[in-house]
Amino acid sequence: MSEPLRRTPLYAAHVAAGARMVPFGGWEMPVQYAGILEEHRTVRRAVGLFDVSHMGEFEVTGAGAVATLQTLTTNDVAALEVGQVQYSLLCDPAGGIVDDLTVHRLAGDRFMLTVNASNIDTDWRWVTGHGESGARWRNISNETALLAVQGPRAEALVAELADADVKSLRYYHFAAGAVAGARALLSRTGYTGEDGFELYVAAGEAERLWRELLDRGRAAGVAPVGLGARDTLRLEMRYVLYGNDIDLTTNPLEAGLGWVVKPAKGDFIGRDAIEKVRAAGVRRRLVGFEMVDRAVPRHGYRIVADGRQVGVVTSGSYGPSVDKYIGIGYVEASLAGVGSQLAIEVRGVPQAARVVKTPFHPSHVKKS
Amino acid sequence: MANVPAELRYTREHEWARAEGGRVRVGITAYAQEQLGDIVFVELPKTGAKVTRMQGFGVVESVKAVSDLFAPVSGEVVEINAELPKKPELVNTDPYGQGWMLVIRMANPKDVDGLMSAADYEKLTAGGGH
Repeated sequence: MSEPLRRTPLYAAHVAAGARMVPFGGWEMPVQYAGILEEHRTVRRAVGLFDVSHMGEFEVTGAGAVATLQTLTTNDVAALEVGQVQYSLLCDPAGGIVDDLTVHRLAGDRFMLTVNASNIDTDWRWVTGHGESGARWRNISNETALLAVQGPRAEALVAELADADVKSLRYYHFAAGAVAGARALLSRTGYTGEDGFELYVAAGEAERLWRELLDRGRAAGVAPVGLGARDTLRLEMRYVLYGNDIDLTTNPLEAGLGWVVKPAKGDFIGRDAIEKVRAAGVRRRLVGFEMVDRAVPRHGYRIVADGRQVGVVTSGSYGPSVDKYIGIGYVEASLAGVGSQLAIEVRGVPQAARVVKTPFHPSHVKKS
Repeated sequence: MANVPAELRYTREHEWARAEGGRVRVGITAYAQEQLGDIVFVELPKTGAKVTRMQGFGVVESVKAVSDLFAPVSGEVVEINAELPKKPELVNTDPYGQGWMLVIRMANPKDVDGLMSAADYEKLTAGGGH
Protein backbone atom coordinates (compact mmCIF):
# COMPACT_ATOMS: atom_id res chain seq x y z
CA MET A 1 0.00 0.00 0.00
CA SER A 2 3.06 2.28 -0.05
CA GLU A 3 3.05 2.95 -3.80
CA PRO A 4 1.36 6.26 -4.53
CA LEU A 5 -1.68 5.99 -6.80
CA ARG A 6 -1.08 6.91 -10.42
CA ARG A 7 -3.19 9.53 -12.19
CA THR A 8 -4.24 9.87 -15.80
CA PRO A 9 -3.80 13.15 -17.74
CA LEU A 10 -7.51 13.80 -17.08
CA TYR A 11 -7.32 13.69 -13.29
CA ALA A 12 -7.90 17.44 -12.87
CA ALA A 13 -10.81 17.38 -15.33
CA HIS A 14 -12.48 14.59 -13.33
CA VAL A 15 -12.10 16.40 -10.03
CA ALA A 16 -13.42 19.61 -11.58
CA ALA A 17 -16.43 17.67 -12.92
CA GLY A 18 -17.24 16.49 -9.38
CA ALA A 19 -16.21 12.89 -9.93
CA ARG A 20 -15.77 10.58 -6.97
CA MET A 21 -12.19 9.33 -7.27
CA VAL A 22 -11.31 5.85 -6.02
CA PRO A 23 -8.27 3.58 -6.12
CA PHE A 24 -8.47 1.04 -8.95
CA GLY A 25 -5.61 -1.27 -9.92
CA GLY A 26 -3.04 1.19 -8.58
CA TRP A 27 -4.72 4.20 -10.19
CA GLU A 28 -6.86 7.00 -8.84
CA MET A 29 -9.88 6.84 -11.14
CA PRO A 30 -13.41 8.31 -11.36
CA VAL A 31 -15.95 5.71 -10.19
CA GLN A 32 -18.90 8.00 -10.88
CA TYR A 33 -19.91 11.55 -11.78
CA ALA A 34 -23.72 12.01 -11.78
CA GLY A 35 -24.40 8.47 -10.51
CA ILE A 36 -23.78 4.96 -11.78
CA LEU A 37 -27.35 4.19 -12.90
CA GLU A 38 -27.74 7.45 -14.80
CA GLU A 39 -24.35 7.04 -16.46
CA HIS A 40 -25.17 3.46 -17.41
CA ARG A 41 -28.38 4.62 -19.10
CA THR A 42 -26.58 7.45 -20.87
CA VAL A 43 -24.37 4.89 -22.61
CA ARG A 44 -27.29 2.62 -23.55
CA ARG A 45 -29.47 5.47 -24.82
CA ALA A 46 -27.17 8.30 -25.97
CA VAL A 47 -23.40 8.48 -25.68
CA GLY A 48 -20.95 8.26 -22.79
CA LEU A 49 -17.34 9.36 -22.52
CA PHE A 50 -14.86 7.27 -20.53
CA ASP A 51 -11.30 7.99 -19.49
CA VAL A 52 -9.53 4.65 -19.71
CA SER A 53 -6.04 6.09 -19.96
CA HIS A 54 -5.00 3.84 -17.09
CA MET A 55 -4.92 0.94 -19.58
CA GLY A 56 -1.42 0.04 -20.77
CA GLU A 57 -0.11 0.10 -24.33
CA PHE A 58 2.95 -1.72 -25.66
CA GLU A 59 4.30 -1.48 -29.18
CA VAL A 60 6.24 -4.30 -30.74
CA THR A 61 8.06 -3.95 -34.06
CA GLY A 62 10.56 -5.79 -36.21
CA ALA A 63 10.97 -8.87 -38.32
CA GLY A 64 10.37 -11.01 -35.23
CA ALA A 65 7.20 -9.23 -34.12
CA VAL A 66 4.78 -11.75 -35.63
CA ALA A 67 6.73 -14.72 -34.29
CA THR A 68 6.98 -13.23 -30.82
CA LEU A 69 3.23 -12.52 -30.67
CA GLN A 70 2.48 -16.02 -31.94
CA THR A 71 4.49 -17.36 -29.01
CA LEU A 72 3.04 -15.01 -26.41
CA THR A 73 -0.64 -14.82 -27.33
CA THR A 74 -3.27 -17.51 -27.77
CA ASN A 75 -4.99 -16.03 -30.85
CA ASP A 76 -3.53 -16.14 -34.38
CA VAL A 77 -1.90 -12.79 -35.25
CA ALA A 78 -1.04 -14.10 -38.73
CA ALA A 79 -4.77 -13.95 -39.46
CA LEU A 80 -4.86 -10.30 -38.41
CA GLU A 81 -4.82 -7.75 -41.23
CA VAL A 82 -3.30 -4.30 -41.01
CA GLY A 83 -6.08 -2.07 -39.67
CA GLN A 84 -7.67 -4.87 -37.69
CA VAL A 85 -7.93 -5.48 -33.95
CA GLN A 86 -7.91 -8.86 -32.24
CA TYR A 87 -8.98 -9.89 -28.74
CA SER A 88 -6.43 -12.26 -27.26
CA LEU A 89 -4.84 -13.69 -24.13
CA LEU A 90 -1.44 -14.08 -22.57
CA CYS A 91 -1.23 -17.45 -20.81
CA ASP A 92 1.40 -19.04 -18.62
CA PRO A 93 2.76 -22.54 -19.30
CA ALA A 94 0.06 -24.04 -17.06
CA GLY A 95 -2.64 -22.43 -19.21
CA GLY A 96 -3.53 -19.84 -16.56
CA ILE A 97 -4.42 -16.39 -17.84
CA VAL A 98 -1.70 -13.74 -17.36
CA ASP A 99 -3.89 -11.07 -18.95
CA ASP A 100 -6.50 -10.44 -21.62
CA LEU A 101 -5.70 -7.82 -24.22
CA THR A 102 -6.35 -6.43 -27.67
CA VAL A 103 -3.80 -6.50 -30.48
CA HIS A 104 -3.84 -3.81 -33.18
CA ARG A 105 -1.90 -4.56 -36.36
CA LEU A 106 -0.44 -1.17 -37.28
CA ALA A 107 1.73 -2.48 -40.13
CA GLY A 108 3.07 -5.81 -41.33
CA ASP A 109 5.72 -5.84 -38.63
CA ARG A 110 4.26 -3.39 -36.13
CA PHE A 111 1.61 -4.07 -33.47
CA MET A 112 0.10 -2.33 -30.46
CA LEU A 113 -1.11 -4.31 -27.45
CA THR A 114 -3.60 -2.83 -25.00
CA VAL A 115 -3.40 -4.44 -21.56
CA ASN A 116 -5.16 -4.06 -18.22
CA ALA A 117 -3.99 -1.22 -15.98
CA SER A 118 -3.34 -3.43 -12.97
CA ASN A 119 -1.16 -5.74 -15.09
CA ILE A 120 1.06 -3.24 -16.92
CA ASP A 121 4.21 -4.07 -14.97
CA THR A 122 3.61 -7.84 -14.88
CA ASP A 123 2.77 -7.93 -18.59
CA TRP A 124 5.79 -5.84 -19.49
CA ARG A 125 8.11 -8.28 -17.71
CA TRP A 126 6.22 -11.18 -19.27
CA VAL A 127 6.32 -10.04 -22.90
CA THR A 128 9.91 -8.79 -22.79
CA GLY A 129 11.05 -11.91 -20.93
CA HIS A 130 9.30 -14.59 -22.98
CA GLY A 131 9.25 -13.39 -26.58
CA GLU A 132 11.34 -14.40 -29.57
CA SER A 133 14.35 -12.47 -30.87
CA GLY A 134 14.05 -9.83 -33.57
CA ALA A 135 11.24 -7.96 -31.83
CA ARG A 136 11.67 -4.54 -30.23
CA TRP A 137 9.30 -3.65 -27.42
CA ARG A 138 8.31 -0.17 -26.32
CA ASN A 139 6.09 0.56 -23.32
CA ILE A 140 4.07 3.60 -24.45
CA SER A 141 1.57 3.50 -21.57
CA ASN A 142 2.61 6.79 -19.99
CA GLU A 143 2.61 8.81 -23.19
CA THR A 144 -0.70 7.37 -24.40
CA ALA A 145 -4.18 8.45 -23.31
CA LEU A 146 -7.28 6.41 -24.13
CA LEU A 147 -10.80 7.83 -24.34
CA ALA A 148 -13.78 5.58 -25.03
CA VAL A 149 -16.85 7.07 -26.71
CA GLN A 150 -19.69 4.57 -26.41
CA GLY A 151 -23.38 4.53 -27.19
CA PRO A 152 -25.86 4.73 -30.07
CA ARG A 153 -24.86 8.35 -30.73
CA ALA A 154 -21.10 7.72 -30.59
CA GLU A 155 -20.71 7.37 -34.34
CA ALA A 156 -22.28 10.73 -35.11
CA LEU A 157 -20.21 12.48 -32.45
CA VAL A 158 -16.87 10.97 -33.47
CA ALA A 159 -17.66 11.47 -37.18
CA GLU A 160 -18.18 15.16 -36.55
CA LEU A 161 -14.73 15.55 -35.00
CA ALA A 162 -12.67 13.06 -37.00
CA ASP A 163 -10.99 13.45 -40.36
CA ALA A 164 -11.16 9.69 -40.97
CA ASP A 165 -14.21 7.93 -42.42
CA VAL A 166 -15.43 6.43 -39.17
CA LYS A 167 -18.89 5.52 -40.44
CA SER A 168 -17.54 2.75 -42.66
CA LEU A 169 -15.14 1.51 -39.98
CA ARG A 170 -16.15 -2.02 -39.00
CA TYR A 171 -16.22 -3.57 -35.55
CA TYR A 172 -12.74 -4.51 -34.34
CA HIS A 173 -11.11 -2.40 -37.04
CA PHE A 174 -9.26 0.88 -36.62
CA ALA A 175 -8.12 3.89 -38.61
CA ALA A 176 -5.22 6.27 -38.12
CA GLY A 177 -6.34 9.87 -38.36
CA ALA A 178 -7.07 12.94 -36.34
CA VAL A 179 -9.87 13.76 -33.90
CA ALA A 180 -10.40 17.43 -33.06
CA GLY A 181 -6.96 18.06 -34.56
CA ALA A 182 -5.22 15.50 -32.37
CA ARG A 183 -3.44 12.59 -34.06
CA ALA A 184 -5.35 9.52 -33.05
CA LEU A 185 -5.83 5.86 -33.56
CA LEU A 186 -9.60 5.40 -33.85
CA SER A 187 -10.63 1.90 -32.94
CA ARG A 188 -14.18 0.56 -33.32
CA THR A 189 -13.98 -1.34 -30.06
CA GLY A 190 -15.36 -1.06 -26.55
CA TYR A 191 -16.39 -2.74 -23.34
CA THR A 192 -20.05 -1.78 -23.11
CA GLY A 193 -21.98 -3.76 -25.74
CA GLU A 194 -22.89 -0.53 -27.51
CA ASP A 195 -21.49 0.80 -30.76
CA GLY A 196 -18.57 3.13 -30.18
CA PHE A 197 -14.92 3.94 -30.42
CA GLU A 198 -11.77 3.90 -28.39
CA LEU A 199 -9.51 6.83 -29.23
CA TYR A 200 -5.79 6.53 -28.56
CA VAL A 201 -4.11 9.95 -28.42
CA ALA A 202 -0.94 11.48 -27.00
CA ALA A 203 -1.27 12.16 -23.27
CA GLY A 204 -0.85 15.89 -23.86
CA GLU A 205 -3.91 15.99 -26.14
CA ALA A 206 -6.24 14.15 -23.77
CA GLU A 207 -7.73 17.07 -21.89
CA ARG A 208 -8.47 19.14 -24.99
CA LEU A 209 -10.08 16.15 -26.73
CA TRP A 210 -12.10 15.31 -23.60
CA ARG A 211 -13.51 18.85 -23.45
CA GLU A 212 -14.17 18.95 -27.18
CA LEU A 213 -16.12 15.67 -27.07
CA LEU A 214 -18.21 16.87 -24.12
CA ASP A 215 -18.81 20.22 -25.78
CA ARG A 216 -19.70 18.94 -29.24
CA GLY A 217 -21.76 16.09 -27.87
CA ARG A 218 -23.92 18.22 -25.61
CA ALA A 219 -26.97 18.20 -27.91
CA ALA A 220 -26.63 14.41 -28.24
CA GLY A 221 -26.71 14.07 -24.45
CA VAL A 222 -23.08 13.09 -23.90
CA ALA A 223 -21.87 12.74 -20.31
CA PRO A 224 -18.72 11.47 -18.63
CA VAL A 225 -19.04 7.90 -17.35
CA GLY A 226 -17.01 6.37 -14.53
CA LEU A 227 -15.71 2.92 -13.75
CA GLY A 228 -18.88 2.04 -11.81
CA ALA A 229 -21.07 2.12 -14.91
CA ARG A 230 -18.26 0.63 -17.00
CA ASP A 231 -18.56 -2.40 -14.73
CA THR A 232 -22.38 -2.75 -14.91
CA LEU A 233 -22.29 -2.23 -18.69
CA ARG A 234 -19.70 -4.96 -19.22
CA LEU A 235 -21.43 -7.27 -16.73
CA GLU A 236 -24.69 -7.11 -18.72
CA MET A 237 -22.68 -8.26 -21.75
CA ARG A 238 -20.93 -10.98 -19.74
CA TYR A 239 -17.58 -9.51 -20.75
CA VAL A 240 -14.95 -10.83 -18.35
CA LEU A 241 -12.90 -8.56 -16.09
CA TYR A 242 -9.34 -9.57 -15.32
CA GLY A 243 -8.80 -10.08 -11.60
CA ASN A 244 -12.51 -10.78 -11.07
CA ASP A 245 -13.55 -13.43 -13.58
CA ILE A 246 -10.22 -14.54 -15.02
CA ASP A 247 -6.72 -14.76 -13.57
CA LEU A 248 -3.74 -17.13 -13.32
CA THR A 249 -5.94 -19.81 -11.69
CA THR A 250 -8.48 -19.92 -14.53
CA ASN A 251 -7.97 -21.31 -18.02
CA PRO A 252 -9.42 -19.87 -21.25
CA LEU A 253 -11.67 -22.85 -21.96
CA GLU A 254 -13.55 -22.79 -18.66
CA ALA A 255 -13.83 -18.99 -18.95
CA GLY A 256 -15.62 -19.35 -22.30
CA LEU A 257 -12.68 -17.82 -24.16
CA GLY A 258 -11.88 -20.87 -26.28
CA TRP A 259 -12.73 -18.77 -29.35
CA VAL A 260 -9.48 -16.82 -28.95
CA VAL A 261 -7.32 -19.94 -28.51
CA LYS A 262 -5.95 -21.18 -31.85
CA PRO A 263 -3.85 -24.32 -31.34
CA ALA A 264 -3.72 -24.89 -35.12
CA LYS A 265 -1.46 -21.85 -35.56
CA GLY A 266 1.46 -23.66 -33.92
CA ASP A 267 3.07 -23.54 -30.52
CA PHE A 268 2.43 -20.83 -27.95
CA ILE A 269 2.91 -20.51 -24.22
CA GLY A 270 0.19 -22.52 -22.47
CA ARG A 271 -0.87 -24.47 -25.55
CA ASP A 272 -0.06 -27.95 -24.23
CA ALA A 273 -1.79 -27.34 -20.92
CA ILE A 274 -4.89 -25.89 -22.59
CA GLU A 275 -5.07 -28.77 -25.07
CA LYS A 276 -4.89 -31.23 -22.18
CA VAL A 277 -7.87 -29.50 -20.60
CA ARG A 278 -9.69 -29.59 -23.92
CA ALA A 279 -9.06 -33.33 -24.29
CA ALA A 280 -10.13 -34.13 -20.74
CA GLY A 281 -13.10 -31.74 -20.80
CA VAL A 282 -13.45 -28.69 -18.57
CA ARG A 283 -14.43 -29.31 -14.97
CA ARG A 284 -16.19 -26.00 -14.48
CA ARG A 285 -17.63 -23.29 -16.68
CA LEU A 286 -18.17 -19.59 -16.35
CA VAL A 287 -21.92 -19.00 -16.60
CA GLY A 288 -24.29 -16.09 -16.41
CA PHE A 289 -27.13 -16.33 -13.91
CA GLU A 290 -30.00 -14.22 -12.72
CA MET A 291 -31.40 -14.21 -9.22
CA VAL A 292 -34.80 -15.79 -8.67
CA ASP A 293 -34.86 -14.71 -5.03
CA ARG A 294 -34.30 -11.07 -4.18
CA ALA A 295 -30.60 -10.73 -3.37
CA VAL A 296 -27.50 -9.19 -4.92
CA PRO A 297 -24.75 -11.63 -5.93
CA ARG A 298 -21.20 -10.39 -5.35
CA HIS A 299 -17.66 -11.46 -6.21
CA GLY A 300 -16.56 -14.32 -3.92
CA TYR A 301 -20.02 -15.53 -2.84
CA ARG A 302 -20.38 -19.32 -2.84
CA ILE A 303 -22.63 -21.04 -5.38
CA VAL A 304 -24.41 -24.04 -3.88
CA ALA A 305 -26.72 -26.84 -5.05
CA ASP A 306 -28.10 -29.77 -3.04
CA GLY A 307 -26.43 -28.44 0.07
CA ARG A 308 -22.86 -28.40 -1.24
CA GLN A 309 -20.65 -25.81 -2.86
CA VAL A 310 -20.60 -26.17 -6.66
CA GLY A 311 -18.97 -22.90 -7.64
CA VAL A 312 -18.18 -19.29 -6.90
CA VAL A 313 -19.52 -15.92 -8.06
CA THR A 314 -16.87 -13.87 -9.86
CA SER A 315 -18.94 -10.74 -10.70
CA GLY A 316 -22.40 -9.64 -9.69
CA SER A 317 -24.56 -6.58 -9.29
CA TYR A 318 -27.84 -5.03 -10.25
CA GLY A 319 -28.16 -4.90 -14.05
CA PRO A 320 -29.74 -1.51 -14.75
CA SER A 321 -30.83 -2.30 -18.34
CA VAL A 322 -32.26 -5.72 -17.50
CA ASP A 323 -33.64 -4.57 -14.14
CA LYS A 324 -32.52 -7.77 -12.42
CA TYR A 325 -29.84 -8.88 -10.02
CA ILE A 326 -27.37 -10.73 -12.24
CA GLY A 327 -23.98 -12.35 -11.96
CA ILE A 328 -21.38 -14.56 -13.53
CA GLY A 329 -19.45 -17.31 -11.87
CA TYR A 330 -17.80 -20.69 -12.23
CA VAL A 331 -19.94 -23.78 -11.67
CA GLU A 332 -19.29 -27.49 -12.14
CA ALA A 333 -19.67 -28.33 -15.83
CA SER A 334 -22.69 -30.60 -15.26
CA LEU A 335 -24.60 -27.68 -13.71
CA ALA A 336 -23.64 -25.09 -16.32
CA GLY A 337 -26.52 -25.53 -18.75
CA VAL A 338 -29.08 -22.78 -19.36
CA GLY A 339 -31.96 -23.26 -16.93
CA SER A 340 -29.81 -24.95 -14.29
CA GLN A 341 -31.13 -24.20 -10.78
CA LEU A 342 -28.50 -22.91 -8.38
CA ALA A 343 -28.39 -20.97 -5.16
CA ILE A 344 -26.08 -18.14 -4.22
CA GLU A 345 -25.07 -17.99 -0.58
CA VAL A 346 -25.70 -14.41 0.52
CA ARG A 347 -24.75 -13.69 4.14
CA GLY A 348 -25.06 -17.39 4.90
CA VAL A 349 -28.49 -17.82 3.30
CA PRO A 350 -28.93 -19.70 -0.01
CA GLN A 351 -30.87 -17.56 -2.49
CA ALA A 352 -32.30 -19.15 -5.64
CA ALA A 353 -30.75 -18.33 -9.01
CA ARG A 354 -30.82 -19.86 -12.48
CA VAL A 355 -28.36 -20.06 -15.33
CA VAL A 356 -29.50 -17.92 -18.27
CA LYS A 357 -28.33 -17.19 -21.82
CA THR A 358 -25.87 -14.36 -22.15
CA PRO A 359 -25.43 -11.56 -22.90
CA PHE A 360 -28.05 -10.51 -20.38
CA HIS A 361 -28.77 -7.44 -22.50
CA PRO A 362 -28.66 -7.61 -26.33
CA SER A 363 -25.41 -6.44 -27.91
CA HIS A 364 -25.56 -3.38 -30.16
CA VAL A 365 -21.99 -3.37 -31.37
CA LYS A 366 -21.43 -2.49 -35.04
CA LYS A 367 -22.16 -5.66 -36.98
CA SER A 368 -20.88 -4.95 -40.50
CA MET B 1 -23.00 19.81 2.76
CA ALA B 2 -25.65 17.17 3.19
CA ASN B 3 -28.95 17.97 4.84
CA VAL B 4 -29.04 17.22 8.62
CA PRO B 5 -32.51 17.98 10.07
CA ALA B 6 -32.19 19.55 13.53
CA GLU B 7 -35.14 17.65 15.05
CA LEU B 8 -33.62 14.19 14.44
CA ARG B 9 -31.08 12.15 16.39
CA TYR B 10 -28.21 10.26 14.77
CA THR B 11 -25.80 7.34 15.10
CA ARG B 12 -22.12 7.29 14.21
CA GLU B 13 -23.09 4.71 11.58
CA HIS B 14 -25.24 7.30 9.77
CA GLU B 15 -28.75 6.25 10.77
CA TRP B 16 -31.29 8.87 11.79
CA ALA B 17 -33.95 8.38 14.44
CA ARG B 18 -37.17 10.36 14.85
CA ALA B 19 -38.83 10.02 18.25
CA GLU B 20 -42.57 9.43 17.90
CA GLY B 21 -43.72 8.93 21.50
CA GLY B 22 -42.36 5.59 22.70
CA ARG B 23 -41.43 4.70 19.15
CA VAL B 24 -38.58 5.67 16.88
CA ARG B 25 -38.68 5.90 13.10
CA VAL B 26 -35.36 5.00 11.49
CA GLY B 27 -33.61 5.60 8.20
CA ILE B 28 -30.18 6.50 6.86
CA THR B 29 -28.96 10.05 6.48
CA ALA B 30 -28.62 12.16 3.35
CA TYR B 31 -24.86 11.97 3.86
CA ALA B 32 -24.97 8.16 3.99
CA GLN B 33 -27.01 7.75 0.81
CA GLU B 34 -24.74 10.21 -0.96
CA GLN B 35 -21.67 8.22 0.05
CA LEU B 36 -23.26 4.92 -0.98
CA GLY B 37 -24.47 6.14 -4.36
CA ASP B 38 -27.39 4.55 -6.20
CA ILE B 39 -29.12 2.15 -3.82
CA VAL B 40 -30.39 -0.99 -5.54
CA PHE B 41 -31.32 -3.28 -2.64
CA VAL B 42 -32.66 -2.94 0.90
CA GLU B 43 -33.11 -5.87 3.29
CA LEU B 44 -35.25 -5.22 6.39
CA PRO B 45 -36.33 -7.43 9.29
CA LYS B 46 -39.94 -8.57 9.64
CA THR B 47 -42.32 -6.75 11.93
CA GLY B 48 -42.18 -8.32 15.35
CA ALA B 49 -38.41 -8.83 15.15
CA LYS B 50 -36.34 -7.73 18.14
CA VAL B 51 -33.47 -5.36 17.49
CA THR B 52 -30.62 -4.33 19.75
CA ARG B 53 -29.03 -0.92 20.00
CA MET B 54 -26.03 -0.66 17.63
CA GLN B 55 -26.50 -4.19 16.33
CA GLY B 56 -27.26 -4.81 12.68
CA PHE B 57 -30.92 -4.90 11.65
CA GLY B 58 -30.58 -5.08 7.89
CA VAL B 59 -28.53 -4.35 4.84
CA VAL B 60 -28.46 -1.68 2.20
CA GLU B 61 -26.63 -2.26 -1.08
CA SER B 62 -25.58 0.23 -3.69
CA VAL B 63 -24.30 -0.79 -7.12
CA LYS B 64 -20.80 -1.14 -5.69
CA ALA B 65 -21.10 -1.72 -1.95
CA VAL B 66 -22.85 -3.67 0.81
CA SER B 67 -23.48 -1.82 4.11
CA ASP B 68 -24.99 -2.99 7.38
CA LEU B 69 -27.77 -1.02 8.98
CA PHE B 70 -27.57 -0.45 12.74
CA ALA B 71 -30.45 -0.05 15.16
CA PRO B 72 -30.24 3.30 16.99
CA VAL B 73 -32.28 1.86 19.88
CA SER B 74 -33.31 -1.53 21.26
CA GLY B 75 -36.85 -2.79 20.95
CA GLU B 76 -39.37 -4.43 18.68
CA VAL B 77 -39.93 -3.65 15.01
CA VAL B 78 -43.57 -2.60 14.74
CA GLU B 79 -43.58 -1.27 11.18
CA ILE B 80 -41.40 -1.58 8.09
CA ASN B 81 -41.40 0.40 4.88
CA ALA B 82 -42.81 -2.20 2.49
CA GLU B 83 -42.13 0.09 -0.50
CA LEU B 84 -38.35 -0.12 -0.16
CA PRO B 85 -37.72 -3.62 -1.55
CA LYS B 86 -39.51 -2.56 -4.75
CA LYS B 87 -38.22 1.02 -4.77
CA PRO B 88 -34.84 1.13 -3.05
CA GLU B 89 -34.10 4.40 -4.84
CA LEU B 90 -36.44 6.16 -2.35
CA VAL B 91 -33.52 6.04 0.09
CA ASN B 92 -31.58 8.24 -2.37
CA THR B 93 -34.35 10.58 -3.38
CA ASP B 94 -35.99 11.14 0.04
CA PRO B 95 -33.82 9.71 2.83
CA TYR B 96 -35.71 11.44 5.69
CA GLY B 97 -39.18 10.96 4.19
CA GLN B 98 -40.33 8.17 1.87
CA GLY B 99 -36.98 6.47 2.32
CA TRP B 100 -37.63 5.62 6.00
CA MET B 101 -36.90 2.01 6.89
CA LEU B 102 -38.63 0.92 10.05
CA VAL B 103 -40.32 1.89 13.30
CA ILE B 104 -39.03 0.46 16.57
CA ARG B 105 -41.04 0.36 19.81
CA MET B 106 -38.34 1.18 22.30
CA ALA B 107 -37.58 -1.28 25.09
CA ASN B 108 -35.86 1.50 26.95
CA PRO B 109 -37.06 5.00 25.98
CA LYS B 110 -33.87 6.46 27.45
CA ASP B 111 -31.90 4.91 24.55
CA VAL B 112 -32.84 7.84 22.39
CA ASP B 113 -31.06 10.27 24.72
CA GLY B 114 -27.78 8.49 24.00
CA LEU B 115 -27.93 9.33 20.30
CA MET B 116 -26.06 12.17 18.65
CA SER B 117 -27.58 15.59 18.15
CA ALA B 118 -27.80 17.11 14.68
CA ALA B 119 -24.93 19.46 15.55
CA ASP B 120 -22.67 16.60 16.62
CA TYR B 121 -23.58 14.54 13.57
CA GLU B 122 -22.81 17.47 11.34
CA LYS B 123 -19.36 17.73 12.93
CA LEU B 124 -18.80 14.00 12.36
CA THR B 125 -19.65 14.16 8.68
CA ALA B 126 -17.76 17.40 8.12
CA GLY B 127 -14.67 15.41 9.04
CA GLY B 128 -15.44 12.95 6.25
CA GLY B 129 -17.34 10.42 8.39
CA HIS B 130 -15.56 7.11 8.72
